[in-house]
Amino acid sequence: MHDAPSAKELIEAVKAFIDKTAAPQLTGHAAFHARVASNALATVLRELDIRPQAEADEKARLESLLGKTADSVTALNRDLCEAIRSGAVNLSTSGLLAHLKSTTIAQLSVDQPGYSGLKTATR
Amino acid sequence: MGTGSEIEKPLAAWAAAHFGAGARLEALKRLSGGASQETWAFDVLAEDGPHPLILRRAPGGVAAARSSEAVSLATEAALLGATSASGVRVPAVLHVSPPGSDIGEAFVMRRVTGETLGRKILRDEEYAHARTKLTRDCGEALARIHAVPVAGLPELPRSLGEDQIAKYEAIYRGFDLPRPVLELAFAWLKANAPAPAVPVLVHGDFRLGNLIVDRGGLGAVLDWELAHIGDPREDIAWLCVNSWRFGHSEKRVGGFGELPELLDAYHAAGGAKFAPADIDWWEMLGSLKWGVMCMIMYSAYKTGADPSVERAAIGRRVSENEIDLINLFEGLGRHA
Repeated sequence: MHDAPSAKELIEAVKAFIDKTAAPQLTGHAAFHARVASNALATVLRELDIRPQAEADEKARLESLLGKTADSVTALNRDLCEAIRSGAVNLSTSGLLAHLKSTTIAQLSVDQPGYSGLKTATR
Repeated sequence: MGTGSEIEKPLAAWAAAHFGAGARLEALKRLSGGASQETWAFDVLAEDGPHPLILRRAPGGVAAARSSEAVSLATEAALLGATSASGVRVPAVLHVSPPGSDIGEAFVMRRVTGETLGRKILRDEEYAHARTKLTRDCGEALARIHAVPVAGLPELPRSLGEDQIAKYEAIYRGFDLPRPVLELAFAWLKANAPAPAVPVLVHGDFRLGNLIVDRGGLGAVLDWELAHIGDPREDIAWLCVNSWRFGHSEKRVGGFGELPELLDAYHAAGGAKFAPADIDWWEMLGSLKWGVMCMIMYSAYKTGADPSVERAAIGRRVSENEIDLINLFEGLGRHA
């Protein structure tokens, strides 16, 4: 498959259209929703950058924490949730909080990089 | 539904009956597009001068099936009366309009001047003096709310800590979107639940956004829809949840104050004596609840009930609450 333009370039072009052309012509509710739409595209752009490496790291940590391998991060997270729910894993489990913190920092770097709690966590 | 023309005539008739035949209705304007309530601002020009007022009204004047925990408008009006009698600053209620009346299910209250936007209150020079007073004002207001005699109140939902954990856990499990941080929060809260306090009247959403702040400090406590009988620490902690510090994380109380000062003012005004560590469990529950609420709002997109970008995007705010929970886990014991 081709990537000229790439997914990233297409999203950047649409975002620029919203920001520079569409949004300035809108008022009230529509202007607000245009800003929300632009922010959503910014989230997708950050995700394209950050997710591949962050998810590979998360998978490696989960496999080490759970002592098993799996095809997907989703399956491993499901296992971790069950282990927490059953009490087999808890706050004092070595490596758990550090893993959750790294994972959440990566997630927020995509979702809301300006959020105050992220600054607190990375201080 | 909810057009100005629909309520202008019955509202003008009420104004003439209440303020005298010459009273004129002016500047009727819809303020919020709240899904659960209509809020209208209007002025009545009477012989004794202008009266700035607010109409709170069920959508279209008819109460739809409301979420199970939101109280009725008549109950909200009764709460404003009861809390005012206990010394809480709230807007005075002038009229309660029953279901089926010309105005519809609604009530009229005085419009209090001031600011509700958290970011402005925390940032603008205009509120610099108010910010120095707000912590004590909130402590006093909460103590007085929690001291309202429960026996004299209309029937309210009862929801203590364990009820809320059960409710939000059921919602979270219903989505089948496992998130380990939320899972850990549920497990930790259940394993570390404090002994329940004597149940009191709880506001349920006491935070910037629902408080009118003027240059002198706290002007009025609004939005009593989520009032219930519950644990007083819930209200204190909700004001501390990082989502309601509007970026000013370093100040635990609403982005403007320190918790020991709030708790001192609370106790001095007749409230129970709590230590900051007593609030940790409830702040954790608050962040967890807000995280699940973001999932609820995202589910409105996923099910097609609300196809807006906003509803979709709010699903990417759950992680805000997850980092807040992690920061709280790391801080446990720091002020025990």
